[in-house]
Amino acid sequence: MATRQLRYREALREAMIEEMERDPNVFLMGEEVGHYQGAYKVSEGMLEKFGDKRVVDTPIAESGFAGIGVGAAMVGLRPIIEFMTWNFSAVAFDQILNNAAKVRQMSGGQFSCPIVFRGPNASARQVGSQHSHAMEHFYATVPGLKVVAPAFPKDAKGLMKAAIRDDNPVLVMESETLYSVKGDVPDDLSDVVIGKAQIARPGKDVTLIAYSRATHIALDAATALEKVGISAEVVDLRSLRPLDEDTICDSVRRTHRAVVVHEGWPYGGVGAEIVDRIQRLAFDSLEAPVLRVTTLDVGMPYNAKLEQLCMPQTARVVAAVTKVVARGRA
Amino acid sequence: MAEETLDAESKAPLTRSSSELTHLADLYRQMFLIRRLEEEAARAYSTGKIGGFLHLYIGQEAVGVGAIAALKKDDYVITTYRDHGIAIAKGMSSRALMAELYGKVTGCSKGLGGSMHMFDKDHHMLGGYGIVGGHIPLAAGVAFASKYRNDGRVTLCFFGEGAVSIGGFHEGLSLAALWKLPIVFICENNEYSMGTPLSRSMSVEDVSMKALGYGIDRDRFFCEDVLEVERRIGEAVLRARETSMPTLVEVRTYRFRGHSMSDPAKYRTQAELDEHKGRDPVHRARADLKTRGFVEARVAELEASVEAEVADAVKFAEESAEPEAALLAETTYDGPFAS
Repeated sequence: MATRQLRYREALREAMIEEMERDPNVFLMGEEVGHYQGAYKVSEGMLEKFGDKRVVDTPIAESGFAGIGVGAAMVGLRPIIEFMTWNFSAVAFDQILNNAAKVRQMSGGQFSCPIVFRGPNASARQVGSQHSHAMEHFYATVPGLKVVAPAFPKDAKGLMKAAIRDDNPVLVMESETLYSVKGDVPDDLSDVVIGKAQIARPGKDVTLIAYSRATHIALDAATALEKVGISAEVVDLRSLRPLDEDTICDSVRRTHRAVVVHEGWPYGGVGAEIVDRIQRLAFDSLEAPVLRVTTLDVGMPYNAKLEQLCMPQTARVVAAVTKVVARGRA
Repeated sequence: MAEETLDAESKAPLTRSSSELTHLADLYRQMFLIRRLEEEAARAYSTGKIGGFLHLYIGQEAVGVGAIAALKKDDYVITTYRDHGIAIAKGMSSRALMAELYGKVTGCSKGLGGSMHMFDKDHHMLGGYGIVGGHIPLAAGVAFASKYRNDGRVTLCFFGEGAVSIGGFHEGLSLAALWKLPIVFICENNEYSMGTPLSRSMSVEDVSMKALGYGIDRDRFFCEDVLEVERRIGEAVLRARETSMPTLVEVRTYRFRGHSMSDPAKYRTQAELDEHKGRDPVHRARADLKTRGFVEARVAELEASVEAEVADAVKFAEESAEPEAALLAETTYDGPFAS
C-alpha cells in the first residue's frame, strides 16, 4: 500500500478534494477560503478546481454562514464550514449548540445535520487573549456533536474524510502550529475512524493522554523521560467526543499512572472528563492520582515568555510525571 | 336542511368565482382549525396536560395561512416558537400537533420537541425554533440549498418584529441578499416583543425599511384579509422563484393572547385588545364567505367538521403513549455514536 509524506494542511486539503470529487453535495464555505486561497492555505487551489459554487467565500458573519450550513445540511447538502479560527466560532455558538446539535432530537429524528465545522484551534504564536482559545472544551460537552482533534497528517486526512461522511455535525479541531508538520499518509486510512484513539508511543511506567498539538508535547516529554529511565506511553486521543475510554483505561491498567496534557484551562473540560473516566473505570489499577498539565488558569498573554509560561510545556509534563511516578513506588 | 342548497352549489359550473369561494372556504377552515386547536391546547395547558411554554398564534392565523397558500407543495417553511398555526397551514395533521403538545410519541417530533419545535419533514415544515432570530440564517441555508441544486423551491421564513434587532436577522438577510437566494422573509409584526412595544424596541416604526440596507425588495401591509395576504406574499414568492431574489415583507398583525400562557398581557389596554379583536381576520373570512354566497349551513358544516377534527386530535393525544427512553439515544445521533 502506497504511503506519501504530506504536510498536515495538505492532508486536510486532499481529504476535502477527494470527498468533493466523490459527492457533489459537499461544498466548502468560509472567510477567505476561495480567492484568498485560505487564511492558512488549507484550501489552496480548491476554488480553481471546483468553482465558486462549491468553494464559497463569505463575508465576516460566522453566525450567518454557520446557520446557512445547518439549514443546507438539513435538506441534504453536506457543508464544510471553515472558521478562520475556532475563536471566531464563539459568535456562532448558538448555531452549533441550538441548531446543529439539537435539530435531530427536536424533530424526533426527522432531520439530521451532516455538517463539518473546521479550522485551527487553541494557541498559535503570540496572537493574544482573544485568538488563543481552546474551544474544544466548550463543544465536547454537547450531545449531538462529535469533536475530533488530529495530531498527525494521516489522522488529519482520515478524520476529515470520516467527518464529511458522517451524518452528524462533526467539529474538526486543527492547529495553526501543526499545518506545516509533515508525516506519512497511507492511501488506506480505514483504521482512522471517529472515536478511536491510538498509542502514539508505547511505554510501561506512565500513560500520557493528549491530542492535537499536545500529543507532540507529550511525545517530547516521553523522549526526555526516557533519558531518566522512565518509560512513558503516549495515548493520542484523535477523537474527544466520542472518547475512546477503552484505549485510555487499557493503557492505565498497564502503567498504573496517568498524566493528561492539553491546551485550555484546568477548570472542567476534556481533561477533567478523562480523569473522571479513569477513576471510575480503572480505579483499582491506579498507583497515584491522575494529574493534568493544561494552560494556566488565566487569559493568554501576548508577551512571548509569559505565553510560554501559560501553555503546557514539556518541562511541566516531565515534572508532573516525576510526581506521579514517585508516588507509590517504594 | 341544507342538503338541497349543498347539492345546488355542487352542481354549479366551476366558475372563477366559485373556485375562489372554495379556496376561501379552505383558508377559513384552516384558520378556524388553528384557532380551535389552540383554544383546546390552552385548556389542556391549564389542567397541566401540556407543559413548558405555549405561545399561541390566536389572532395571527391569517398571516401563516395566507402566506402558505401562496406556496407550492414542495416549498419550505420555517418559523419561530409560535409555530402551531404555521405547522397546520403547511399540512401537519391535527393529531400530530396535539400529540406533540401532550408530549406523546405519536406527536410530530415523538414528544421530544414540544410546542416550540413542530417539524414535519413530509410537508417540508422545517420546524419551529426557540432562540429568537437563530433560525433566520438557517432559513437562508435552506434557500441556499435550493439554489445550489436548482430545485425551483422557495423558502418562507417567519419571525416576529422582536427578531429584527438581533444579529441573526441581519446576517441572514445580508447573506440571502448577497447570494440572491430564493427566500421570503416574513416579519409578523404583532406590535409586542413579549411585553415590549415596538416603539420601545426599534428606532423606526416601519420594519420593512430594514430591507433597504440589504438592497432587497420590501412590502408592508395590515393583515385583515387572508386572500390579500396570499396575494401580497404571492408576489414575493414569485420574485423568489423566478428571479431568485429575496424579499422582506412586514405583515402587521396582532396576537389576542399573551406572549405565552404565563403572560397576563398587562402592558396593553383592554380597549386596544378589543379594537383588534373587532378586526379579527378569522371573523372577516367567515363574513366574506357568506357575502360571497356561502350559505350559513355550509359554514356551520365546515365548522362542525373542524370541531370533530379537534375533538379527535385531543382524544388521540390523550390516549397516545409516552415516548420510551430508548428514543433518546437514536434521536441524538444519526447512526452509531462511536463508529
